[in-house]
Amino acid sequence: MTPSALLQVEHLTMRFGGLVAVDDVSFSVAQGAIHALIGPNGAGKTTVFNCLTGFYKPSVGRITLNSPESQATFLLEQMDDFRIVREARVVRTFQNIRTFPKMSVLENLMVAQHNHLMRASGWTFLGLIGAPSFRHAEAASVERAEYWIDRTGLAEYADSEAGALPYGEQRRLEIARAMCCDPVLLCLDEPAAGLNPSETEQLSELIGYIRDHHHISVLLIEHDMSMVMGVSDHIVVLDYGQKIAEGTPEEVRNDPAVVQAYLGSDDETDNAADATT
Amino acid sequence: MGHGDGRAHFYVMDYFAQQFINGISLGAIYGLIAIGYTMVYGIIGMINFAHGEIYMIGAFIALMVVVAFGIGEGGLVIVALLSALLVSMALTSLYGWVLERVAYRPLRGSQRLAALISAIGMSIALQNYVQLTQGARVKTLPPIIQGGFEFQFGDTDFIVRLSTLQIMIVLVTIALMAVFALLIARTALGRAQRACQQDQSMAALLGVNVDRTISLTFVMGAALASVAGLMVTLYYGVIDFFVGFIAGIKAFTAAVLGGIGSIPGAMLGGLLIGFTEAMWSGYFSIEYKDVATFSILVIVLIFLPTGILGTPEVEKV
Repeated sequence: MTPSALLQVEHLTMRFGGLVAVDDVSFSVAQGAIHALIGPNGAGKTTVFNCLTGFYKPSVGRITLNSPESQATFLLEQMDDFRIVREARVVRTFQNIRTFPKMSVLENLMVAQHNHLMRASGWTFLGLIGAPSFRHAEAASVERAEYWIDRTGLAEYADSEAGALPYGEQRRLEIARAMCCDPVLLCLDEPAAGLNPSETEQLSELIGYIRDHHHISVLLIEHDMSMVMGVSDHIVVLDYGQKIAEGTPEEVRNDPAVVQAYLGSDDETDNAADATT
Repeated sequence: MGHGDGRAHFYVMDYFAQQFINGISLGAIYGLIAIGYTMVYGIIGMINFAHGEIYMIGAFIALMVVVAFGIGEGGLVIVALLSALLVSMALTSLYGWVLERVAYRPLRGSQRLAALISAIGMSIALQNYVQLTQGARVKTLPPIIQGGFEFQFGDTDFIVRLSTLQIMIVLVTIALMAVFALLIARTALGRAQRACQQDQSMAALLGVNVDRTISLTFVMGAALASVAGLMVTLYYGVIDFFVGFIAGIKAFTAAVLGGIGSIPGAMLGGLLIGFTEAMWSGYFSIEYKDVATFSILVIVLIFLPTGILGTPEVEKV
């Protein structure tokens, strides 16, 4: 693959007993680009995400992240989940919403800056006495949080409990929170699920903004084909755990194997199938 | 603690005031221990039944430091007590950390019952460890903080005593609670603890080291328990290897009464249990004070399982 690839997934295989959820999948994600991972339900997309973020340890395969800033190389499949975020700076969101429902929106975003603040608080003691260095760090964190609150249109909810937010806002909160982790790769698992068309439109804009203004790569799982086709630079198609196609939106749209996979599948993917054809 | 000399005269106000003072002092101590139960429950959903033993170890360490200084006069007492406080907090925290590392972390992710049984096992092991190394006899400490205030309401000959030590216990508890509340509400560690309480795997995916956060929760609970241990040693002047058991169950009752998982609840529960015990000892029967406390445990578990300040969601992994 290209030498400048940010993320390289090689021969990734994940078995659960006799079930092979992901079968020898290889792909790469370029620096500063939006890549989409699509496929019918049960194709293994979320399993790939779980391997990337340390939720699962893959049965076979190598996942390499070349950090653009530190020039360091991380083997994600060997790292604990919190290290993947803290050191390799790969961050994900979930298909089902996973905010901290009893914390305010602002505090949700502060948790994402935990490591930075923990260091600044000198293992909590400086934080307790309110040392200037800690206050300064905290003010900077609040500023960063407020930047993303504004970008995601959550300003009016900043002090509300996250659990009380409307659905679409909770989805955007998850993205804002992931961005507060200062990622180099942002993995979004079905961010448009349950959103109405205008919310989906806003989401596409947000994802584009993240790439264009922050030069962060995005890896996207999504069933909303119009969104995927509109926003992605590159698409990887999975079916039954195997990669069946990849390329630009145009190439993938016209790939016979992809059309076959979607049209030949059960009724749960009707929406997606309609969108591709 | 009931002062039987006042009973014959039955001077209602004075007698009540005395029990009130006793109740607050005792309640503050239970509250400090109860926080350890409630925090651990909040973050990993398990009752750390060895927490009473951690408190007992804190009391022993404090006693040893005080004795090592020799019981002097004036300035030295302050130095001895401060050293006892710091050394006991540091070493007891270490016990708390090791306890979690050895007995609970390997069982994380397995059934809840496994960790619970491990906790009971650790409780017995720590009791016997102290019994073997320190002997089974009670250890005594002559009162080193004396003096206080005496009040009389009206024309009675019943004297209400408020000792310096009782004032100290309440002040130290208030100070610790304030620091603790600040830590939970304002620092990165406290925020991480609250996040882990709500969703551990999500916290990990935001870069929070969950294992370390849990370890620090045990360390904090142990440090508070050791302060309670020091104060009880000074208050009663006697400890043995078994004091952690009853105090632990009472503090657990306090945590349940206040609403397990809720830190203000633990403090409130501690005070209520302290009051109940003081009032029961004062007005009914000092022999049955434990029965009163544990009856509360039973009643709360039946009629108010979420406690006074607890949240209704009990299901946690």
